[in-house]
Amino acid sequence: MTLDALLGGFTETPLQSAQAFRAALEALSRPGQIETVTGATPPAPLSVAAGVLVLTLCDPTTPVHLAGAHDCAALRDWITFHTGAPLVGATAAQFAIGTWAALAPVNRFAIGQPDYPDRSATLIVEMEHLAAHGARLSGPGIKTTAQLSLPETAAFAANRALFPLGFDTFLTSGACLAGLPRSTRVETL
Amino acid sequence: MYVAVKGGERAIDAAHAWLAEERRGDRTVAALSIDQIREQLALAVNRVMVEGSLYDPDLAALAIKQARGDLIEAIFLIRAYRTTLPRFGASNPVKTAEMAVVRRISATFKDLPGGQVLGPTFDYTHRLLDFALMAEGEAPIGLAEQGAAALGTLDPVPHVTEFLNRDGLIETEAPSDGTPPDLTREPMELPAARPLRLQALTRGDEGFVLSLAYSTQRGYGRTHAFVGELRIGSVAVEMEIPELGFAVEIGEIELTECESVNQFKGSKTEPPQFTRGYGLVFGQTERKAIAMSLVDRALRWKELGEDFTGAPAQDEEFVLMHADNVQATGFLEHIKLPHYVDFQSELELIRRLRSEAMAAITTTQEAAE
Amino acid sequence: MTDTLEAGAYNFAYLDEQTKRMIRRAILKGIAVPGYQVPFASREMPMPYGWGTGGVQVTAACLTPDDTLKVIDQGADDTTNAVSIRKFFQRTAAVAVTEATAEASIIQTRHRIPEAPLSEGQILVYQVPIPEPLRFLEPRETETRKMHELEEYGLMHVKLYEDIARHGHIATAYAYPVKVEGRYVMDPSPIPRFDNPKLAACPAIQLFGAGREQRIYALPPYTAVVSLDFDDHPFEASKAPHDCDLCGASDSYLDEVITDDAGGRMFVCSDTDYCRSRCEAGHMGRLGVPQQEAAE
Repeated sequence: MTLDALLGGFTETPLQSAQAFRAALEALSRPGQIETVTGATPPAPLSVAAGVLVLTLCDPTTPVHLAGAHDCAALRDWITFHTGAPLVGATAAQFAIGTWAALAPVNRFAIGQPDYPDRSATLIVEMEHLAAHGARLSGPGIKTTAQLSLPETAAFAANRALFPLGFDTFLTSGACLAGLPRSTRVETL
Repeated sequence: MYVAVKGGERAIDAAHAWLAEERRGDRTVAALSIDQIREQLALAVNRVMVEGSLYDPDLAALAIKQARGDLIEAIFLIRAYRTTLPRFGASNPVKTAEMAVVRRISATFKDLPGGQVLGPTFDYTHRLLDFALMAEGEAPIGLAEQGAAALGTLDPVPHVTEFLNRDGLIETEAPSDGTPPDLTREPMELPAARPLRLQALTRGDEGFVLSLAYSTQRGYGRTHAFVGELRIGSVAVEMEIPELGFAVEIGEIELTECESVNQFKGSKTEPPQFTRGYGLVFGQTERKAIAMSLVDRALRWKELGEDFTGAPAQDEEFVLMHADNVQATGFLEHIKLPHYVDFQSELELIRRLRSEAMAAITTTQEAAE
Repeated sequence: MTDTLEAGAYNFAYLDEQTKRMIRRAILKGIAVPGYQVPFASREMPMPYGWGTGGVQVTAACLTPDDTLKVIDQGADDTTNAVSIRKFFQRTAAVAVTEATAEASIIQTRHRIPEAPLSEGQILVYQVPIPEPLRFLEPRETETRKMHELEEYGLMHVKLYEDIARHGHIATAYAYPVKVEGRYVMDPSPIPRFDNPKLAACPAIQLFGAGREQRIYALPPYTAVVSLDFDDHPFEASKAPHDCDLCGASDSYLDEVITDDAGGRMFVCSDTDYCRSRCEAGHMGRLGVPQQEAAE
């Protein structure tokens, strides 16, 4: 473990994690709305927003899967040091982090059980850009319709078809994050 | 004119001040010290530690003092404190076979290695008020010293159930290195495994567990229990220290352990064997330990291939969801909070239903005339 | 009690960070599956179960130092338990408080939804005693969980229909069950059914916390929430057929107050903030007092 692993965490955990959680809550409650967060400076390739989510939501009780380029020593050490989360394979993950391409196929991830749909994975998808245009979204949290630059629509539509099962998604880019719960209906415009 | 009730905050402060005064009582009477409670009301302290899930006689004594002797309130104080404590790790399982016993009795054998040790028990006291205590006299200490001195020489005594086990007469629990679940850290999920049930029973209300155990004796889920062994004494608590690579003794606690020996089970392929119920609690708390072992045994009907007779003590969900007196007292007492909005909605509905019903009666009568 | 809660003795908003993370994860799953009750490892709080421990834990997990908190019980800011919970957060989170619905970013409530419309950016946290809408029909958690899994809600319809057969109306006046996004039947907590329409298409986030029963559930903004009913007996949000005697409001939920031994009574808004702001705006009911006079 290098010294870098020890840096880049929250400096005032109770306050920063509270603010970050509210951003995550707003994002997941209002699909299409993009929130900006601060407080984490994780090692590459993890974005600030994904780093903030990890610090806010992960701990020794939440197995984390790192996919593709995110599965590197610097990031493994950083997550282990700051959260104590065990690093696991895709199927056992409560949180999975990577680019959309690296996370594919997403049907590997836990979708919950019919009696416990909450026991499902949350994907943190690292994006080049994040913008409020693209696929059309509707459903809980959205007054009429919204738009979001999703990496694709078919996989999310298939996930919606599993409702109330399914994975939930945060999309992150730089300091920005958006949420896409399993309840959102997704259509290509 | 009407002025809405205000001043909730002032009322609360005043109530707290009054409570503090009532707690202290007559100031011409000396205040109780924590030491006095810990030493002289030790069984109350034990119960608070057991159901509070925290081994700290001083804090339990403080809680009893603060709660004016209301033990459920004291248990609640300890629980609320406990939940804020950081967790440094888990101890190794305590070795009750190595207990330094002060009391050890078996109802299943007249005599046995290690002997029957009566210890400090109410069992054969005649329940006559001792007015010498009221006169603040002290009991002579000679005999007590003899008893304690005799105990000091006792070697660890083997578990009674081990004698039975040697001949395969009693079922054995497969040893496990699994981490037991902790219902103070995870939501209860049903059906529950036995370790979780045991934790819930240990924390459960003594009166509730006692009544359930009694109900099994009277036929509601009967298990034909004998007290195989009841032992009370001190055990060492050891913890693995990763940096050291070995276990270190971090303290000593007093425990009461009860193993009941119950009706046989057997099948075409397995010869009959006695079965077990288990109770383990902090301090000398033997009524609770015995009751717990009976309820534990009653709850095991499924794994032992017995019938569910509908007895409350067999009903895991019923027992586990209602054993906790802090939960029960909170929910029971919350009905003294204002509910006037809900009551108003019912008033409005019942008035409407009544006026419609009255109108219907009037119409019928008019039509009949 | 006062001394031990001084700053520094406990973490921000009382709960430790690991507990907050656990609650926050449960809230997010609740948002993702609207109306589904997420189990969570409820902690023992320094107030009794049944007195808002679920709501308090949810509020504690959501609070930031920038929030303005409003706490109501029966619609009122000055009921003793509301006062007590508000004071708890002032002490442990040094958070700003208000009685004005519009100024609050988080509102913790017991038994009411405020009359003033909520807005985006607000969170309404409900204290829930029994989160399971099917509990009074089937006491076993193992059974009701299966019923939710299979969307087997016939028992609830039978119960409501028996009401109609006996009384000519659905005889559920509060905690009136709703169906969320066409999937889960949900208990809206013991709010009067007058408040049920406010659950639907609400711009605010609605979070429900049941501490003793260890469940959290949620309604994201603009969620479809339908009160259960029948075509021939549609749901009706009812209230006492009066206006508020203080502010004259005809659209607010009313408390009945007994004023003397001779059957005298008056009706006043249960939402004290709504009533006060209407009075301040010059509205006056049957027994109201003009504002200048009241100030004297």
